[in-house]
Amino acid sequence: MQVTAVRHADVLVVAVTGRIDYMNAEDFKSALQPYLANCAAGGDRVVLDLSRLEYVSSAGLRVLMIAAKDARVRKGTLVAVSLQPVVREIFEISRFTLVFDVFDSVQDALRAISPGAAAASRSG
Amino acid sequence: MRVRFWGTRGSLPVSLTAEDIKNKIVEALLAAAGWNLKTRADAEAFVERDLPFAISHTYGGNSSCVELDIGTEEYVLCDLGTGVRPFGLHVLARKGPRTRCTFHVFLSHLHWDHIMGFPFFPHAYIPGNRIVIYGCHDGIEEALRRQHAAPCFPVDFSGLPAKIEFVKLEPGKRSRHAGLDVTPKRQLHGGDSYGYRFEHGGKVVVYSTDSEHKTDDAGSTQDVVKFFRNADLVIFDAMYSLADTVSVKEDWGHSSNVVGVELCQLARAKHLCIYHHEPVYNDVQIASVLQETLRLEEITRGDHPLRVSSAYDGLEIAV
Repeated sequence: MQVTAVRHADVLVVAVTGRIDYMNAEDFKSALQPYLANCAAGGDRVVLDLSRLEYVSSAGLRVLMIAAKDARVRKGTLVAVSLQPVVREIFEISRFTLVFDVFDSVQDALRAISPGAAAASRSG
Repeated sequence: MRVRFWGTRGSLPVSLTAEDIKNKIVEALLAAAGWNLKTRADAEAFVERDLPFAISHTYGGNSSCVELDIGTEEYVLCDLGTGVRPFGLHVLARKGPRTRCTFHVFLSHLHWDHIMGFPFFPHAYIPGNRIVIYGCHDGIEEALRRQHAAPCFPVDFSGLPAKIEFVKLEPGKRSRHAGLDVTPKRQLHGGDSYGYRFEHGGKVVVYSTDSEHKTDDAGSTQDVVKFFRNADLVIFDAMYSLADTVSVKEDWGHSSNVVGVELCQLARAKHLCIYHHEPVYNDVQIASVLQETLRLEEITRGDHPLRVSSAYDGLEIAV
């Protein structure tokens, strides 16, 4: 499991790669934490790019839920994009699609949450 | 071993309404349009073969009660929810009121939905019957006495003619009762609950209801996996969606179908039976949860297929 990030203006696109299960969910939480530190009103908007996430278990979803709750409390923006078919089904069966904003692509998310970042990502 | 489900609903017993029945009949009649159903046998075959379970049947509404039948004369039950009433009536119908019976009851915990059937258990009112109640909680006898006392119920516990005994079990300690090797495990639930691992003749049935699994704690997960290890059947509280259990219903003490699949896969259990259905759900919603659980098992399957089913009042599973 790997977590990396790219910045587009006020948006941090955080890419998650690999599998997340109960054995590495804590590592995932720790790896994600720095990128969410400034996810608050007036701070970073965070897009989780899950296009290379192969599998996520309930433990990984719990990490995402806690992150979403924290962001909500701080009036920040945290969304997920580009779910692989298996991960999308896991989100749907878990009802995470009801509590997590999910977009088809990074560009779709940027257009929705930060037009400035969308423009920056196209030019950059 | 045969496992019979007498009560499968969580938290509160429910029943179908007049509107529910009407809707089932309408759906069935629509589905039957164009079929030439001339005899009762034709109609029964159509119902069994061509109607979805949620239309042709119901998951039922009695609260927790499961029977383990190992082929002995004595009866073994898990929990005393309202399902114990139809169980008792079934035994009465088969054996009559004069046959003296012994019942061994393993209680998961003392919340109302798991004991509320006992005042309506007919065999408690017949002299000569013996009822042995096992559990890990302190105060089991007091809880049962309290629900029989005024103003809750007109017949005091002390007036029950059956011989009623209480046996305290120790979590994690395997012991032999009623022909079964029984190991209780403490579970995360308000006031604690206990799951039971039953072993008999090389077969393993785990009864694990009213249990929340916070799967971010790897140690606790490993403990549960060990408890479920290679079970032939895991009866699992899947009352809520995973999203609910980590948000609005966190710490409500229940689990989800998603966690049930994961734990059973990790434990290489053979059969997951989702149980303790949300009382708000109708038959179509419970059937939908089953379909999603089957799909989840399919897309996350490794080298070990897991059978998945959904408990309903009246279901019998051969283990």
